[in-house]
Amino acid sequence: MIAAGILRAAPTAPCAPWSRHVLTPDAWAALVDALRNDRDVALLSMWADSQLVYCLFHDIGTGDFIPASVQVDAGAYRALSPVRPAAAWFERMIHDLFGHIAEGGTDNRPWLDHGHWDQHAPMSPRATPNLMAAEPPQFLPTEGDDLHQIAVGPVHAGIIEPGHFRFTAQGETIVRLEIRLGYVHKGTLGLMRGKSPRAAARFAARLSGDSTVAHSIAFARAAEAAAAVEAPARALVLRAVMAELERVANHLGDCGAIANDAAFAFLPARFGWHREAVLAAAFGAFGHRLMMDCVVPGGVAGDVAEAGILPVLAAIATELPGLLRVYDDYSSLVDRMVTTGTVRTELVNRFAAGGFVGRASGRDFDLRRAPGYAPYSDMAFEIPLLQAGDVDARFRIRAAEITVSIDLLRRLLAGLPDGPLTVPLPLATGEGIGWAEGFRGDIWTWLRLDGGQIASVFCRDPSWLQWPLLQAAVEGNIVADFPLCNKSFNCSYSGVDL
Amino acid sequence: MVWRSIARTLRQCPLTVAPETVSDAATQDLADRLAAASQRRLGRSLAIRQVDAGSCNGCELEINMLNSIVYDLERFGLRFVASPRHADVLLVTGPITRNMQDALRRTYDATPDPKFVVAVGDCAVDGGVFKGSYAIHGGVDSTIPVDLVVRGCPPSPAQLLEGLRLLLEANA
Repeated sequence: MIAAGILRAAPTAPCAPWSRHVLTPDAWAALVDALRNDRDVALLSMWADSQLVYCLFHDIGTGDFIPASVQVDAGAYRALSPVRPAAAWFERMIHDLFGHIAEGGTDNRPWLDHGHWDQHAPMSPRATPNLMAAEPPQFLPTEGDDLHQIAVGPVHAGIIEPGHFRFTAQGETIVRLEIRLGYVHKGTLGLMRGKSPRAAARFAARLSGDSTVAHSIAFARAAEAAAAVEAPARALVLRAVMAELERVANHLGDCGAIANDAAFAFLPARFGWHREAVLAAAFGAFGHRLMMDCVVPGGVAGDVAEAGILPVLAAIATELPGLLRVYDDYSSLVDRMVTTGTVRTELVNRFAAGGFVGRASGRDFDLRRAPGYAPYSDMAFEIPLLQAGDVDARFRIRAAEITVSIDLLRRLLAGLPDGPLTVPLPLATGEGIGWAEGFRGDIWTWLRLDGGQIASVFCRDPSWLQWPLLQAAVEGNIVADFPLCNKSFNCSYSGVDL
Repeated sequence: MVWRSIARTLRQCPLTVAPETVSDAATQDLADRLAAASQRRLGRSLAIRQVDAGSCNGCELEINMLNSIVYDLERFGLRFVASPRHADVLLVTGPITRNMQDALRRTYDATPDPKFVVAVGDCAVDGGVFKGSYAIHGGVDSTIPVDLVVRGCPPSPAQLLEGLRLLLEANA
C-alpha cells in the first residue's frame, strides 16, 4: 500500500477519466523504492514525450487505475526496471525515441534504434545525427558447458512478421531465448503527432493489423475522453460487434495454427474454414474483411448490414464442440501441448500480462469487466480462467472465448439500439486514456490534444508485457517446441515496434 | 457411423471455393495460364517466399488465407517455401522500414534467378500512409526491382490470387 500512497499524495493534472498524478523527481525516486517490496501495484504501461515520462499503474487491492508522470531532469529519470522488470523494454524504447536516460536501468542497450535512422532520438526536439554502429547487436551472455547458439530471423520461415530470436541451447534444450525486435518500426507515433484524431486514427488502425478494431476503439475512446464527448449508443454496440468478430476470427486462426505447429492438419483446415467465413461476414457487414478504419473517433464509419453474421456464428457453434473433442482424442496432439511452455502465475502477475497469456496462468483480468466500458458494463458474461499456464491452457482459453464471444455477438445484434453513428469531435485541448480488450489482451491508449491536434500519443499493445514471458516460457523446453510456444503466445511485432 | 459419414460426404460439396467465385471465372483461367506460362518459364509450379519488410501484419493475415482450404493455393501449383533459396517469387509486404531494408536486400540476393518480385499492399507501393517517416525508406522498389504490384489495404485473398495470375501473364 506504500507505493499507492505515494502516488495518491502527489498533486494531479487533468486527464480523463483518471487524473494524472504529477510526481517530483524525489517523489518518483521514493515511489521506485517503495515498489521494490510492494506487489500491490502493477505497471501496465510506460511512455514519454519530450518533457515527461508517464506510467499507468494498477492498484490491485482497490482496483484503481492510476496514471502518473515525472519530469525528466537533465535528460534523465530514475529507472523503474530494477523493481518492475517489464519496464526495461519501455525504458529502451523511450531512450531510442526521445533520448531520456533511465538512470540505474537494468538494460541500456538500444531497442528500436538499430543504427539505420538518420537521427538519434527522432521524436525529441533535440534530435542529433545518428552515430551508432548498426550491427551486430549485443546479446546477453550465457555461461555453461556445451552451449551453442541458434540465430533465427529477422526473415522467418513462415508467413509472419520479422524479428530476431537468439537461442542458446544445450543439446536440444533451450537455456536462454533473447528476442530482438524493432525491425518493423515505422515511426507511427511520430506520424500521429500534429494530426487530428480522425486523421491519426488510420495509424492506430495500422499499429497491428490483426487488432485493428481493438486498437481503433482504444484510440477513439482516448480521443473522446480528451475531447469530453461520448460516442452514440448505436456506435458503441457496433464497435463491440466488430471487436467480438475480430476476437472470434483471430482465436479461430490461432487455434488452427497451434495445432498446425504440432503437424495436425485437420484442425487448421476446419478452423481456417470458419475463420474465412467470419472474415467474409465482416466484409458483408462492415465493408472490410478486417474491419480496418471502420471505428473512428466519435463513433463508427458506417452502419452494419448484419444479415450474414448469425449463420456464420451458428455454423461455428455447431462444429466447435466436435473440433475440441478431436483435439482431446488425439494423444499425440495433446502430448505436444500439455506441460509445454509453462508460465507460472507469479510471473504473469509480476509482468501484469493480459489476455489469454495471463488468463491461462491464473491472472483474472479483462478490461471488458474492469474497469469496464460500454456496452460490456451492462452485460453478464463469463471470462474463462485456467491455472496450468502451458500451451494447452492457452489453446483452451481461446476456444472457450470463441463460445463466449458468439454468445455476446448474438445478444449485441439482438439489442442494437437506433440512433446516430457519430458525434463530431470538438477542437479540444485535453488529455485522455482509452482502453479496449483486444483478442490478445488489454490495450491502453493515452493521448493529449492541443487545439484539436494530437500533441503526444502512446498506444500500448498487450504484447509489451507478453513477449518477455515467452522468453521465460521456452526455458527448459526443446528447440523443436518453440514454434508451438510462440504460436500459443502469438505476440504482435508491429504493435510493439510502433 | 461410417455409413452416415460417407452419406454426408456425398451430400456435401467440397469446402474449397469453386474457382469461379474467387475472381469471376479467372480461376480456371489461372489454372490454364499456369499450365501454359509457368511451365515454359519455371516448370509446373511457382515457389513463393513471403517477406514482411515492415507491414502492420494485415497483409500477412490475408496471404495466410491462401493456404486455407477455401483458397487452396497449391491446386494451382503455387506454394509457399521457407527459404529464399527455394523461391521463384518474393512476395514483399509493408513500407520498407530502414531496419528491414538490409534483410530484404539480402533475401533478394539469396533468391536464384529467374525471380519475380510482387509488392503486396498499398504500403509496399510507396510507403503508403507511412510515407515520409524517419523510419521508412520507401516502397519495395526503393530497395529491389518490382515486377508486379497488388494493391489493397490489405488485398483480399482473391485479389492476391489474381495478382499472381497477372504475373504469369506478364512473363509468359
